[in-house]
Amino acid sequence: MSDIAEKQTAADLATVDLTAISQSVLASGPEIIIIIGACVALMLSLVPHPRQNQLLAGVSVFMILLAACMSYALSDFPQTAYAGMFVVDGFSTFFKVILYLGTTLTVLMSGNYRPNNGLIKDGVFQGEYYALLLFALLGTMIMVSSTDLLLIYIGLELQALSIYVLTGFLKTDLRSNEASLKYIILGAFSSGIILYGMSLFYGLTGTTNLNDMAVALSTLDLSDPMLILATLFMLVGLLFKVGAVPFHMWVPDIYEGAPSPITAYMSVASKAAAFAVIMRIFMQDLSVLQPIWILNIVGIAVLTMTLGSFVALAQTNIKRMLAYSSIAHAGFLMLGLVAGGRDGMASIMLYLLIYTFMTIGIFAVIILLNKGVTLGEPIEDFSGLAKNHPGLAFMSLIFLFSLAGIPPTGGFFAKFYVLTALIDTGHVILAVIAVLLSAVAAWFYIRIIMLMYVQPPAPVLTQAAEIQLTPSIRIVLLIATIGTLLTGVLPAWFLGFVTNSMPLGLG
Amino acid sequence: MTDSLMTSLFIENVPILSILIFLPAIGALCVPFLSGKNAVRWFTLTILFVDFLIAAWLLVIFDNSTAQMQFVESKPWVPSLGITYKLGIDGVSVLFLFLTSLLGWICVLASWNAIDKRLKEFMICLLAIQSLMLGVFCALDLLLFYVFWEAMLVPMYLMIGIWGGEDRIYAAFKFFLYTLAGSLIFLVGILVLYFEGGRTFDILVLMDVSYDFELQRWVFIAFLIAFAVKVPMVPFHTWLPDAHVQAPTAGSIILAGVLLKMGAYGFIRFSLPMLPDASHYFAPLIQGLSAVAIVYGGFLALAQQDIKKLIAYSSISHMGFITLGLFTFTTNGTTGAVIQMFNHGITTGALFLFIGLVYERTHSRDIPAYGGLLKTIPFYGIFFAIFLLSSMAVPGTNGFIGEILVLSGTFGVNNWAATAGVLGALLGAAYLLGIYRQMLLGPVRIPGAAKMWDLNVRELCCALPLLLFVFWLGFYPKPFLSILQPTLKHLLEQTVGAGL
Repeated sequence: MSDIAEKQTAADLATVDLTAISQSVLASGPEIIIIIGACVALMLSLVPHPRQNQLLAGVSVFMILLAACMSYALSDFPQTAYAGMFVVDGFSTFFKVILYLGTTLTVLMSGNYRPNNGLIKDGVFQGEYYALLLFALLGTMIMVSSTDLLLIYIGLELQALSIYVLTGFLKTDLRSNEASLKYIILGAFSSGIILYGMSLFYGLTGTTNLNDMAVALSTLDLSDPMLILATLFMLVGLLFKVGAVPFHMWVPDIYEGAPSPITAYMSVASKAAAFAVIMRIFMQDLSVLQPIWILNIVGIAVLTMTLGSFVALAQTNIKRMLAYSSIAHAGFLMLGLVAGGRDGMASIMLYLLIYTFMTIGIFAVIILLNKGVTLGEPIEDFSGLAKNHPGLAFMSLIFLFSLAGIPPTGGFFAKFYVLTALIDTGHVILAVIAVLLSAVAAWFYIRIIMLMYVQPPAPVLTQAAEIQLTPSIRIVLLIATIGTLLTGVLPAWFLGFVTNSMPLGLG
Repeated sequence: MTDSLMTSLFIENVPILSILIFLPAIGALCVPFLSGKNAVRWFTLTILFVDFLIAAWLLVIFDNSTAQMQFVESKPWVPSLGITYKLGIDGVSVLFLFLTSLLGWICVLASWNAIDKRLKEFMICLLAIQSLMLGVFCALDLLLFYVFWEAMLVPMYLMIGIWGGEDRIYAAFKFFLYTLAGSLIFLVGILVLYFEGGRTFDILVLMDVSYDFELQRWVFIAFLIAFAVKVPMVPFHTWLPDAHVQAPTAGSIILAGVLLKMGAYGFIRFSLPMLPDASHYFAPLIQGLSAVAIVYGGFLALAQQDIKKLIAYSSISHMGFITLGLFTFTTNGTTGAVIQMFNHGITTGALFLFIGLVYERTHSRDIPAYGGLLKTIPFYGIFFAIFLLSSMAVPGTNGFIGEILVLSGTFGVNNWAATAGVLGALLGAAYLLGIYRQMLLGPVRIPGAAKMWDLNVRELCCALPLLLFVFWLGFYPKPFLSILQPTLKHLLEQTVGAGL
């Protein structure tokens, strides 16, 4: 009625809003730091500098570390922000650790990767490279932190668009261009499917917020064909992102065509973020949908492991082989979805953490071997590595045995924990299938070990000077080796970290 | 009583088993920093000899009067999953610790000149595998056991693949994948026991749980696959001849001497006490498979011209005796089986050693190419002959004690299998006497035989301890039997006392 009252209400609203906004901004501090980092990288590239590459890499790593510190500071205060669209909890923090780790190591590797036609020549698109990498990181960070379908989709697309460009970053290489184009077309297709699923959900429940959606779903009939369609569409789109069979077709081509550091980034960070989204949506918030998808996931997991393991056997290109092996690993990870519950979730998270160490490690070796050579990465390049570079060969041995799941490396413990969750929930037959397929998968990892230790050095390696261990790649190898071994020998610590990192609201 | 006094005086609070296990591993970490080939050889030899002395000391102070686990150490490892770092030994394990560490330093001596390329890496492998094997025999936590058991594959795989014969890569792959597939199924079995047994991996606790019969049968099959590959039992045996033939001498000694025992050890440690009903249920099957292995392995050995292959097939036959004895559930059968495990380690280890020695001189593994070794290199000939006779189980040698105990335990339980055992012993005599005749007697056929040197001091040092055990066990097995007695008595109580 009176002006004063109206003014007062407005003032109240303003103060309330301000607090909420400042809280929200604080909660998304790490993301903001990464945005600033990306912009700084872009601007720095305009200023000529003799050692611009190192400078840019240094800035990127610094900003990621800053964001990591911020995440650490925030981890003690789990909260939601932006009206419940965004959440800072143990779960998102855990995944951000994986993402920071993966991106930092990728940045550190990138400086070493210079095939003939040059990924990052001094002065040419350097700023863009690091900025895009940081934007991809930002996208994945948004993915793991959002509890709203729209925000998830924005994160997904931001990440995907950055990676599309980075995949084609070897501008003069046809395969890189082809990979990029393929990725854009197929990626857009999968995004369309996800979006379709999301809009169906919105239509059914009237909200995009996952928590509200869970409430709305409790009144719905699970056998509603629309709901089934919505669930499957969203699931298919996300499974495409992790490279599950039969939506895996893009993986080998794009892994092969992309620059190696980007391949490493994709197989680690993109996959982790996609799994985080799948877990957030299907295991936590919308877990009521489980009866709809569980059988499909069982079938897809078995198919994925089978195809990934067997087709990898036939590969002669190391990156294609690792692409199929990453498909097989995705299959194994999906077993955690089948197991479900706290343990299933924890097993996927632990697996992804360990997978980051060992995958980045092996890619660092590939990048070293790749130096000064054309893009073809025949597996034979590993031949005789032990003769000239015993240390490097030994580290590769650790990564490969870890990927094969042999103790006392982290890879064993990762698989062990998934199997534990699986058997605990009574899926013994599935566990037997999984272990037999991992025996098949072991074949192609140990084949590389034989090459390294038995064959005479490959022509590529006869000039031992070709491999230059720069300080940055040394750091990458060291972190990867220590991580791979430590997760195997002292898994208790990492396990504690994982079990303390459950999403908000999960009993 | 003096035993326990000594225990309390010297061993209290000293993690002796951990020292035993990790001494070679620490040695392996030091090897890269050594310079000079001889330094590497002497260093490895010293480490493994010290380790052997520790194991021998353990055997001396081991308390024979109880079936309890001794020298137990326990530390939490992954508490949230109930995984502990728990070690301890009983009569069976102490014997195999001794055997493993004995063969360890003999392997170094056997590779002294035979391995010239990449010596450091070889010795690292040797030290690593030694650590892991000792770990297997000490582990009292199922997951810890599994970690040792599985990690063992890595150095063995490298050993065959890098230092083996012409087809080494094929053999190494086959070895690795067979055992890996078996072990992974074993892991699933372990996990099932873990969940049904109250979420603990403690072997001693799991032994006291009684599982229902259906579950026991499935877990038994899972364990059986893993152990049958390791033993190896027919029809999972095909990796063995390949691996044996291609492996370097030290690799063959380790494979025959220790690795093949792991399967049988698994039966003793897990299948029999934890799954007694299923053990009884499947006993006829295993007795049958053992009988087949004894006869089939014997016939295959009879047909071989390659001496390493022959001994490899004879191992399949001999391992048949061991599984046969174990699954009779009689005192004699079980004791015979364990003694035979020890014997086979000594005798077959020695045979592979001697094949390696003669191969170093002639570079031939073809039996008919040899002849008259007793004339050209008499000391070598005599030693080799004794080990052949011990493998043949001639009275007065260790093999006799084992085989007679197994056969006496089997008669009355499964007469068909016992008959097969006797037939296998006959076949053994046939092919071993064949080697004896063709290689040691007759005219000298090998070119350059005159220049062959007889055993030198280093080679004598390898041969003599093994010879000692051949006769010691042959004439006076009592000390060994008395170490085993309480443990095996307890084992049979656990297995037979379960009902059925």
